[in-house]
Amino acid sequence: MDSAFIIEKSVVILVVFALTMIMAMYSTWAERKVAAFLQDRVGPNRAGWGGLLQPLADGLKLFSKEEFSPNTPNKFLFVVGPAIAMSTALMTSAVIPWGDKLHLFGRDILLQATDIDNALLYIFAVVSVGVYGIMIGGWASNNKFSLMGAVRAASQMVSYEVAMGLSMIALLMMTGTLSLREISAQQAGMNWNVFYQPVSFLIFLICAFAETNRTPFDLAECESELIGGYHTEYSSMKMGFYLFAEYANMFISSAILAVLFFGGYNYPGMQWMVENVGVNTANILGFLALFIKICGFIFFYMWVRWTIPRFRYDQLMHLGWKVLIPLAILNIMVTGICLLLFK
Amino acid sequence: MSTTIQNISLSGRKKQVSNKEMTFLENLYLVAIVKGLLITIKHFFRKKVTIHYPEQVREMSSVYRGQHQLKRDEQGRENCTACGLCALSCPAEAITMKAAERKPNEKHLYREEKYAEIYEINMLRCIFCGLCEEACPKDAIYLTTSKVLVPSSYEREDFIFGKDKLVMPLDIAMQNAQLKNAN
Ligand code: SF4
Ligand code: SF4
Repeated sequence: MDSAFIIEKSVVILVVFALTMIMAMYSTWAERKVAAFLQDRVGPNRAGWGGLLQPLADGLKLFSKEEFSPNTPNKFLFVVGPAIAMSTALMTSAVIPWGDKLHLFGRDILLQATDIDNALLYIFAVVSVGVYGIMIGGWASNNKFSLMGAVRAASQMVSYEVAMGLSMIALLMMTGTLSLREISAQQAGMNWNVFYQPVSFLIFLICAFAETNRTPFDLAECESELIGGYHTEYSSMKMGFYLFAEYANMFISSAILAVLFFGGYNYPGMQWMVENVGVNTANILGFLALFIKICGFIFFYMWVRWTIPRFRYDQLMHLGWKVLIPLAILNIMVTGICLLLFK
Repeated sequence: MSTTIQNISLSGRKKQVSNKEMTFLENLYLVAIVKGLLITIKHFFRKKVTIHYPEQVREMSSVYRGQHQLKRDEQGRENCTACGLCALSCPAEAITMKAAERKPNEKHLYREEKYAEIYEINMLRCIFCGLCEEACPKDAIYLTTSKVLVPSSYEREDFIFGKDKLVMPLDIAMQNAQLKNAN
């Protein structure tokens, strides 16, 4: 490995990291704005223009809050919980292809932290570790509400991961690869997977809501029943980490949805742009296209949150096991038959 | 008889609750969710109801009455005779007062022989119902059309308005007297 390669990757990683952080920050602002607009209000508008400095003010507030820790025998685990939640949320961003490549300083720079060939498996692995952050935090809080939140989160994630994995299989049968870069490349033009695999997309979308603990699947937090769920006992920046991880997760899962089903960085006419205008402009536009798709999904997350009430626990399990999993299996069979018939 | 009562719907939107089994499509909740999403997105583009308070002030009704005033008569003497009827009628128990006897050299200050030495209204308790105004036999206390709201403060004491804030300023009493003479 030459040093130029290391520098290149470090820069890419730093940029991705910063981007995730900034997006998570501004998602909190966007969430409040969207919530307000959907409720005929205007939302935060005092800190900065249109409330744009609100996330900074919130961060400052969280930092200056008293650091309280409950009387628990698991002081170590109490700190590890939010740390795991945060790191897993950030780790997933490593394999997402943010764009094709830039041609700078005589080198081709891949807009991706690492292009491993089993990226999708990696994502599933990291996401399923994410539940430990919540479980450990809830357990170490030494509080029955936290524990209940953690138990709910765990069972919910386990159930929905099954359906999520099955919905992926149908997609993988079509693409024949686990690498997100190749999946993106296959969708060049308007060849988006969502047109071929709408059912798979729907199941994946629903499961993504469940995996990120967003309404209507926010049973792990559910303020009206469990105070704050698994983060009841947390305060100050540890609490901030949990909340931040939730928004980072939302950003990453939006990115994955965009890459898997909505063509990733592809936009119509990209090939033409590469040939006529230049690689760099075309790919920066590609990054912007991906970014817009991601923002669209984030908006969708928020839109849904302020529309639907929370599922009851048995409804959640019913939907996961009795509806989504059979649907996913059916989808696999139909995909298989179609592949046999048409290829 | 009973059937007709069951079918009455005052709002015109009455719906019978049904407990029938949901079909598979309904079990997915998708149709219902899409309907809900359409409703909320309509609100996204609606006009916002928020009034940006310090910059924008809400229009008050033309019959708005707030902020009490203890009146003076045309000669600038205070009307109040500290009878306590306003305090008695106040549902919020916001008024307290202490009576004093008028000295011979104070005849130009107070109309009656007894006057309120201290007269206080707790603006945190007052509900601006106007019952004090109704109760007063001397036309001494009135809620005014003043659009000035009670200013916010960090101290509870600041909300107890004494005579310094309540009594009508002398020059206004003089103006009123002149107006009356002119007519
Ligand atoms: S307006 Fe009503 S509440 Fe206020 S002081 Fe008068 S009687 Fe009491
Ligand atoms: S304001 Fe009127 S009712 Fe109240 S004490 Fe004075 S005279 Fe009596």
